[in-house]
Parts: sequence; structure tokens; C-alpha cells
Amino acid sequence: MKDAFGLPQSLLVLGGTSEIALATARRMIARRTRTVWLAGRPSPALEQSAAELRALGADVRTVAFDALDPESHEPALGKVFAEGDIDMVLLAFGILGDQAHDEREPLSAVRVAQTNYTGAVSATLVSASALQNQGHGSLVVLSSVAGERARRANFIYGSSKAGLDAFTQGLGDALHGTGVHVMVVRPGFVRSKMTAGLAEAPLATTPEAVATAIEVGLRRRSETVWVPGALRLVMSALRHAPRALFRRLPI
Amino acid sequence: MPADTVSVTGWGRTAPTVARLIRPRTYEEAVAAVRGCGVRGGIPRGLGRAYGDAAQNAGGAVFDMTGLDRIHAIDVDGGTVSCDAGVSLHRLMRVLLPLGWFVPVTPGTRQVTVGGAIGADIHGKNHHVSGSFSRHVLSLELLTADGEIRTVRRDTPLFDATTGGMGLTGVILTATVQLQPVQTSLMSVDTERARDLDDLMARLAATDDHYRYSVAWVDLLARGAATGRAVLTRGDHAPLDALREGTRARRDPLAFRPSRLPPAPAHLPEGLLNRRTVACFNELWYRRAPRARTGELQKLSTFFHPLDGVPHWNRIYGRGGFVQYQFVVGHGQEETLRRIVRRISEHRCPSFLAVLKRFGDADPGWLSFPLPGWTLALDIPAALPGLGALLDTLDEDVAAAGGRVYLAKDSRLRPESLAAMYPRLDAFRSLRAELDPRGVFVSDLARRLAL
Ligand SMILES: Cc1cc2nc3c(=O)[nH]c(=O)nc-3n(C[C@H](O)[C@H](O)[C@H](O)COP(=O)(O)OP(=O)(O)OC[C@H]3O[C@@H](n4cnc5c(N)ncnc54)[C@H](O)[C@@H]3O)c2cc1C
Ligand SMILES: NC(=O)c1ccc[n+]([C@@H]2O[C@H](COP(=O)([O-])OP(=O)(O)OC[C@H]3O[C@@H](n4cnc5c(N)ncnc54)[C@H](OP(=O)(O)O)[C@@H]3O)[C@@H](O)[C@H]2O)c1
Repeated sequence: MKDAFGLPQSLLVLGGTSEIALATARRMIARRTRTVWLAGRPSPALEQSAAELRALGADVRTVAFDALDPESHEPALGKVFAEGDIDMVLLAFGILGDQAHDEREPLSAVRVAQTNYTGAVSATLVSASALQNQGHGSLVVLSSVAGERARRANFIYGSSKAGLDAFTQGLGDALHGTGVHVMVVRPGFVRSKMTAGLAEAPLATTPEAVATAIEVGLRRRSETVWVPGALRLVMSALRHAPRALFRRLPI
Repeated sequence: MPADTVSVTGWGRTAPTVARLIRPRTYEEAVAAVRGCGVRGGIPRGLGRAYGDAAQNAGGAVFDMTGLDRIHAIDVDGGTVSCDAGVSLHRLMRVLLPLGWFVPVTPGTRQVTVGGAIGADIHGKNHHVSGSFSRHVLSLELLTADGEIRTVRRDTPLFDATTGGMGLTGVILTATVQLQPVQTSLMSVDTERARDLDDLMARLAATDDHYRYSVAWVDLLARGAATGRAVLTRGDHAPLDALREGTRARRDPLAFRPSRLPPAPAHLPEGLLNRRTVACFNELWYRRAPRARTGELQKLSTFFHPLDGVPHWNRIYGRGGFVQYQFVVGHGQEETLRRIVRRISEHRCPSFLAVLKRFGDADPGWLSFPLPGWTLALDIPAALPGLGALLDTLDEDVAAAGGRVYLAKDSRLRPESLAAMYPRLDAFRSLRAELDPRGVFVSDLARRLAL
């Protein structure tokens, strides 16, 4: 069960090798979490992540999960929920893609969309219904500022996150009053393996900062969290910038 | 039986979860509710005055026992009452005072049920003399997981598991309680100030035995040497001859007239309570108290339940809710108490007056909270940054000193800390495993702490 500060005792991560998710898990373990499930594509990296968290004192198990195989979501995640209540589900999988390349290769653009959007639609719906049966729990979804307004430079990824973000907000409203708390997290540029080698954007932040923001969001039962917080204002200005201007902005 | 799916919290309004709320009106309905409660089980609930998650059950059933509220029999000579568990202490006072009887133990609010009083084995300002509520329970009827109703007598394992058992052994349906005789509905109260924590402890240790009721309100926001300055209020039921001839009080000495103010508004601005406003309140309150005054006549409600005057006062903490931290450490652990007070004070928790009291002998309930020593209780807004970590360190201090945290107030303890605090936990768990193998009775508290 979550405590008075919204801290979970059990955590299910979808995208078990995500650096943001692992930073969050470390933080939760330091505070309250004892049981962690890392769901992800089987790999040495996934087992390595589990071992690292185990060393912090948590009971950690891995489960095979592929965002691109929605048929498998129900049985794979069903198994996890059957073992006991999950206080928090963190949806962290996602791929950035390569915009220039993906514009030329529609099938790889579709892969970005299928991973980040349709894969997430199926995984969140499966998780949400299990949480609803429990009558409690937080569903935390890593969206992105990129979804707030599609940019020339990464609109394939951006549009997939826009879809995910809108979907999650709607789901949050649908679940209002069911005891399930849905929180959309919109980080800006986070230094992780997803962004390795890319030029840093202004207000760049760390996985640890995202973890801290998630902890605060849980305590406040927030519905939307920006990381860093200043992005809320920045994005609100950008959202209203005229198209002609926005197109030419160096972002 | 109608069941509403509702969001449920404790008095502190943290960690809401959703459950089916079922309100049995007869014992048969209660039996049916327990038998049919489904895989996520059920938990009895009284008036929801436990601060944390004791009377909630995510995804399962919550049995609202306030629909079973009959008073069955009052023995006016022997001073006992038999009633349903859903009867409130407020109602008992209304009915019993005119007959010259008072409840044996009352908490800081009258808005608790007899079931909740037994389930949490509550204590009052008279703990050092009268022990906890269960000491005055002669017998009770318990609806257990198999759907049977059992009469549970004192000095049996099931009695000791149920008193303080937080509703996890079954639903208490009725209880027979021994009462306290009184001549009037007024209290004769002595008030004095203590300039700091040591002064306070010295006064309590020296003269508590002279009073049936005793409690101290402590200012933890006062800085430096004044940390722990306090106002002690101690007293007893006023005898008839303490009331002046010819007054209204003397003509109707057993009248029960609780004072009542308008309720706190449902929506209050966030941040109303901060260090400054609270420190200011505490300061005023300390200055207002007389340095020393004896034999003042007060209403029962003023002495015992000052907060009941403002219905829904828990709303002043806003949306984030609040946490109450109450612990006890044994006699001889004064150093631990001082250290904890210092830590709280250093953290500058915007906490209204904390309550300090000396407990007397413990009662046998396996998860009953009181043990002989010092208990401190304080309310803190849940939004205070760093609060969770602070309380975790206090838990360690409390456990290391052989003390414990009160489950009826708890909303954040870790399961690891619990076993050290409650040495009879294993016995409690095995009794439950035997009595309730399918785990029919379960609450969010039980899930969080693996009770
Ligand atoms: C302002 C205030 C002051 C307080 N002061 C004190 C104090 O001085 N001393 C003290 O000890 N406590 C104090 N409390 C706490 C309160 O007395 C306890 O939490 C009490 O249990 C509340 O009773 P309730 O009827 O509201 O029960 P709930 O809060 O609804 O339930 C509390 C527990 O009792 C169980 N329970 C309720 N009914 C039954 C039943 N019929 N059968 C079996 N189990 C049942 C529940 O399952 C739950 O575990 C205070 C609370 C407030 C809000
Ligand atoms: N980094 C940023 O700047 C940033 C900014 C805003 C939002 N976000 C979002 O935050 C989340 C986590 O990002 P991160 O920075 O932690 O990146 P990361 O370390 O690269 O993590 C991405 C995760 O997604 C998983 N994944 C990819 N495809 C998958 C599939 N088909 N099935 C299952 N898992 C799959 C990866 O698993 P494998 O190990 O199997 O590849 C990896 O665990 C992502 O949703 C990302 O879009 C990131």
C-alpha cells in the first residue's frame, strides 16, 4: 500500500532498463519500496538492472515484456498482478527514433509510433484495469515535452508522445473516483542513453531529477508533472507561438 | 443490502482508496456482508476517526457499523451498559450522564464508536489510573470470518487479540462496558504552566497521581530554552458540592451541554497553516493560560473534546491532509523523548500543540498501544517536505528504546519497524491464520504492515 506520502511499497516498471525508471526505482527503494518488477525485453541489461536494485535491498523480479507485442501484455502483466498488489506502475519504455532516417523509412517511423503509442495504449489499459480491481495505485506515464507541440526536428517521436499524453489524460479522467491515480510526467531533455550523443537542449536535466519530481508528484497526487518545473511556462509560451514563428525557432 | 463504491480515507485524509461501503442494519445483514464480501475481503469501520488507513480496504468491502446503534440495556445500579458496537461515545454520554454515569475512557473526541474504541483499544487522559478502554469491557460479541457470532470473554486469547486488533479478528457487534460514576457533568480542573520539557516532565512525574485525568499541551515550535514549554490541565469530575447553591448548574448537575461552533469550510486556501501562523497560535495559547489556577469548573466537552466544537476541523490542513505521529517510550527513556522533541523542534514542523501524557500500566491486548511511560502525539501537514524521512528516523529511535507507534494514528510506518514495536505480533498473526485462513478481514493498514 502507498503510505500517507504516496510512496509505493511495490513497483512495476514497464521498460525495465530505462535510466529514468531505474533512477526512480532507486529513490523509491531508498524510501519505501520493497518489491520491484522490471518488465522488459529479455537481455543481460535487464538482468543487470535487476541485480543493481537487488543490491539496494529490494526483492526484484524480471518479466518478459515487449511493447511491440500487445497480445502478450495481458498474460505477461496479469501474472505480475496475480502475485500481489502493485502500488505504482511506471510506464517508461519508449524509443526516440531517428527523425531524418524515419522520414525516409516509413516502416521505422511506424515502429516509433507503435512502441510509444499503441504499445503504451495496450500496456496502460491492462495495468489500469488491474489497478482498478485493487481499488488503489498510481499509474505514472513518462510522456515528454516533445508531445506538447510537434516540432520539425522530431515530430515522429513528438506525435507519438502527443498521442500517449492525450490518451493518458483521458484515462486519468476515466479513472477518477476509482482509487487509481494517473500522473503524466513531461520531462524535457534528460541525459540518458536515449539522448546520448545528441546536442543538449536548454533546461537539460537528469534521471534523478525526474525521480525527485515523481516523488513529489506522488505526495501531492498531481495529475501533471513537468521536469524541470520551469518547462511548464516555457511550453505554454511555445504552444501559443504563431506557426510561422514556431517553424523558424531553433529548437 | 445496498453497497456504494466510494473513496475512503481516515481522519488525516491521506491515501484514499476505493471500496464498497456496506451498512448493515441488522446482525443478519452483517453476517451476510461478511459471508459475501469477496476476494478482497472486508473491514469494519466506525466513525472513521482513526487518522490513517485502519478502516479502509482498497478494492474490497468496508462495513460501516454505525447502522447498528442500539443501546440494549443499562444497569443503573451496577453501572454497566450493553450496546451495539456502532453506538458512539457521544450518544452514550448523552444517555448515561443524566443517570450519573460516564464512559470509563474517552479519547480526545466523542465521535468514536464503541467498536472503534475496542478495535484500537483507545486510551484517555485517565490512562495512568484507569488503563485503556478494554480494561472496562466485560464481554463482547464478535462476528468472525466463518460467519459465526461468538461471545468473547475477558482473559481469553481471542479477547486479547481483538482489543487493539484493529478490526482484523472480526466485526464486534455488541459489547458490555463497565461505567464510571459521576455526580455532575462538570470537571474540576487545575491548570499550570511548565516553562520547558524538563520542568513539564518533573511536574507530571511528581503529581499525576493526585489526579484522575491529566494531560499536557506542548509547544514544539517555541525556540531554544522554551522548547517543550507546556500547559498542564488536570482534574476530576466535579463533586456535587463543588457547584454553588442556587446556580443553574447545581439545579441540573448532570446536564450535558457540549459547545459547538460552525464547521470548518470545505475549501480552504492551501498554505493556511505554516510555521508562522502556527507558532503565533501556540504563543497566544501559551500566554493565555494562567500560570496556575485550581478548581476551575469546566464543561466536559471543554476539558475532554475541545476539537469537537469545530466539526470537520481536519479540513484546515487542505487537500494534502495531515499525519498524526503518536509514540510511547517507557519510563527511564526520558532521554529518547528529549531527543525526539529536539528533532521535531529543529525540523520546525508547523504543528499545533502536541500532547504529552504519562501512561500507567498496560493492558493485555496483543496489539494494544499503551505501555507505562511517556506518550507524545502531534499533527503535521503531510505536505511538509522531508517529513517522511524525519518520521522514519524517529521510528528507529522509538523502537530502539522499546517503544512503539500507535496504529490507530499511523499512516506511514514501515513493516520492518513494526515487529520490534509489537512483540506479540507473531501470536496475533497465528491467531488470525487459524481463525481466518482465507483472510476475510483485511484493511489497507494490514496490507501495508503485513499484520
Ligand atoms: C480528534 C481526535 C482525538 C483522538 N484522541 C484519541 C485519544 O485521546 N486516545 C486514543 O486512544 N485515540 C484517540 N483518537 C483516535 C480514535 O479514538 C481511534 O482511532 C478510534 O478507533 C476511532 O473510532 P472510530 O469509531 O472512528 O473507528 P474507525 O476509525 O472507523 O476504525 C478504527 C479501527 O477500529 C476498527 N473497528 C471499528 N469498528 C469496529 C467494530 N465494530 N468491530 C471491530 N473493529 C472495529 C476498524 O476496523 C479500525 O481498525 C482520536 C482521534 C481524533 C480524530
Ligand atoms: N531521455 C529523455 O530526454 C526523455 C525526455 C522525455 C521523455 N522521455 C521518455 O522517458 C522514457 C524513458 O526514457 P529514458 O531516458 O530512461 O530512456 P532509455 O534509458 O533509453 O529507456 C528506454 C526504455 O524503453 C525500452 N524499450 C524500447 N522499446 C521497447 C519495446 N519494444 N518493448 C519494451 N521496452 C522497450 C528500453 O528497453 P531495452 O533495454 O529493451 O531497449 C528501455 O528500457 C521514455 O518513454 C522516453 O520517451 C525521455
